[in-house]
Amino acid sequence: MTTLNEDVKSGLPQGEASRRNIASRRRKGAIWRTIFLSATIFGLIALSLLIYNVANEVFGYVAIEYAVDPATLSDKPLDELNKDELVAVLQGNMRKNAFRTLENEKPMANRSDSEVYDLVVERVLKPQTLETWTLRDSWFNKAAIDAQVASDFPEAKLEFRSWISTSFLTTPMSSDPLRAGVRTALLGSLWMIAITILFAFPIGVGAAIYLEEYATDNRFNRIIQTNINNLAGVPSIIYGMLGLVIFVRTLEPITSGRMFGADSGNGRTIVAASLTMMLLILPIMIINGQEAIRAVPLSLRQASYGLGATKWQTIWHHVLPNALPGIFTGTILAISRAIGETAPLIVVGASTFIVTDPDGPFAKFTALPIQIYNWTSRPQPEFAHIAASAIVVLLVMLLSLNAIAVVLRNRFSKRG
Amino acid sequence: MDDKVSIGMDSRRITTSQRETTRPFSLKKQSRLGENIIQGFLLFCGVLSMFTTIGIVIVLGSESIAFFRQVSIVEFLTNTVWSPQIDEFGILPLLLSTLLTSTIAMFIALPTGLAAAIYLSEYASRRARSILKPVLEVLAGVPTVVYGYFALKFMTPLLKSVFGEANVNIYNMASAGLVMGIMIIPLVSSMSEDALSAVPRALREGAYGLGATRLETAIKVVLPAGISGIIAAFVVAISRAVGETMIVAVAAGAKPTFTFNPFEAAETMTGHIARISGGDLSYASIDYNSIFAIGLTLFLMTLGLNMISRRLVRRFREVYE
Repeated sequence: MTTLNEDVKSGLPQGEASRRNIASRRRKGAIWRTIFLSATIFGLIALSLLIYNVANEVFGYVAIEYAVDPATLSDKPLDELNKDELVAVLQGNMRKNAFRTLENEKPMANRSDSEVYDLVVERVLKPQTLETWTLRDSWFNKAAIDAQVASDFPEAKLEFRSWISTSFLTTPMSSDPLRAGVRTALLGSLWMIAITILFAFPIGVGAAIYLEEYATDNRFNRIIQTNINNLAGVPSIIYGMLGLVIFVRTLEPITSGRMFGADSGNGRTIVAASLTMMLLILPIMIINGQEAIRAVPLSLRQASYGLGATKWQTIWHHVLPNALPGIFTGTILAISRAIGETAPLIVVGASTFIVTDPDGPFAKFTALPIQIYNWTSRPQPEFAHIAASAIVVLLVMLLSLNAIAVVLRNRFSKRG
Repeated sequence: MDDKVSIGMDSRRITTSQRETTRPFSLKKQSRLGENIIQGFLLFCGVLSMFTTIGIVIVLGSESIAFFRQVSIVEFLTNTVWSPQIDEFGILPLLLSTLLTSTIAMFIALPTGLAAAIYLSEYASRRARSILKPVLEVLAGVPTVVYGYFALKFMTPLLKSVFGEANVNIYNMASAGLVMGIMIIPLVSSMSEDALSAVPRALREGAYGLGATRLETAIKVVLPAGISGIIAAFVVAISRAVGETMIVAVAAGAKPTFTFNPFEAAETMTGHIARISGGDLSYASIDYNSIFAIGLTLFLMTLGLNMISRRLVRRFREVYE
């Protein structure tokens, strides 16, 4: 016992020295713990900054100058007028020739209420944005804004505007940021995603089943597996270039719809974009699908085989139903990737300025992320506001998709 | 040959079934047409991914060959001017800005991602994890074009106010790189955390048993044990940064410039491909062919990085199985 004590005495710090050693090690531990924690919280801060930065642009004061003061047009506010009254306003405030031209284009009787309202705004009020402010300025510097408007734009009206609104969702693209909307972009994105799923789901699940249930461990199958893993790491813009050459150019007769009697000029259509997106998300879908199928217990398969089921019967009736929640979750994650993906769409040639709704798979189209990219690249500050609003639309779409994925996962895992 | 086998199989009949039915019962594996068709379709699905790779190689290769007929590979790799209007095709300015933005991104993403991974795997309580992990997942799910917006409308003004209005260009590599770093943090942290969690508990308990603090255990025992997985995560992160398009397309500038100054505007490889193919491009022009030569360079770089990473992961898996 005494020898051991002496050993300890000689080798390790004792008494005061030991206490100091432990205290300094603890202090070091606490410091680094704080560093690690702050690194993790950094992500939280970045996310909040991003959201703040977007929200800051979505709302705020706008100084608008009207050609005619809206209050002088009628005794009621404009948006409470009915169609006949609006037509009367239009007739009373436009030159006769101009009104007749409009009537010839499409008779007033055939136009809807909102169309006539838009005409009043466009032809009579002619609003012009002189200056816009962010939400933060509008909140804290209201007095300064008032003073600036009073001195710089005495004619202008100061309005608090939410750049995102129902009309933002339902009006098509326009070169005037006050009246631009994401309708065509939203529909384009939805069309593209629908067709992408149509192709990608069966092929992705099929490949996952093949690799998990049929493929034996030989060279050929190992190459397929490695290849899928490698494809998941290929930059998305490379897929765009592949899509440009294969789907837009080589398969032009099919993707432009010429073979189906719906010619749209060239192959830069929804189908071409969807097929490109399919190639892009297939590796993700296959890898997720494989994990879901691998998680199905072997005993289920053996029980099925034991009852005399064939391989496909086993897969169809036992493996797939059990793997389905996992497969759905993986699919939804892949779809959210496809919705936000921009680079391949630029290369494949989504148009930036389209005002007509896409009417089918062979239509020319634009998509939400393309619209965000286009608006973000414009130097005028008004476009930053609508870019931010489009970002909100995109993020809400993605969040609801992810919420669906979480709900699906929870519901099915409880049942299982 | 087939007949003989089936006769051989038929002779092993089961007596009970013989009693019940007059037909002979065969245990031979029967070939079912439906099953074969299904298996064929599934095989096709699996093989389709091979066609994708072959397609990428052929497309990039053939268009690049058309390009290299007009521009020598040596000029492509050594010229420091990329200016198609005056027939100068040197990839160096594009490559340099790609590497600069990626380096800046790595300075943010690697330390932060690794520190977050250590916190989540070694320190965090269940409650803290349940809050912090979803935040990182959301950060990973934000589309890159949104990050581009963030770089241009938030990071650039921030850099301008810190380093002076005159020193920082509106479009600059620093803001693109910094935001790209933020974007890549979740990738690094989730892959590194997987690597750290794969280190067996026994190693940690051994370290605690010897009187190590939590920090000492994490840094001196767990981290070295998971190091190849962490390096793999780093390599994937680099490949991700090199291939990232939208952030640099929005925020880094639209003119190929050979500069080491991160506050200057300079177009990257991906940004150039996006800008050129976004315009109305004639398929017969050398501009069109040139983006495929850039694409091929990009593809080879990312493929190489991803293969290195996968090899590292495989090595680290072998340690504890």
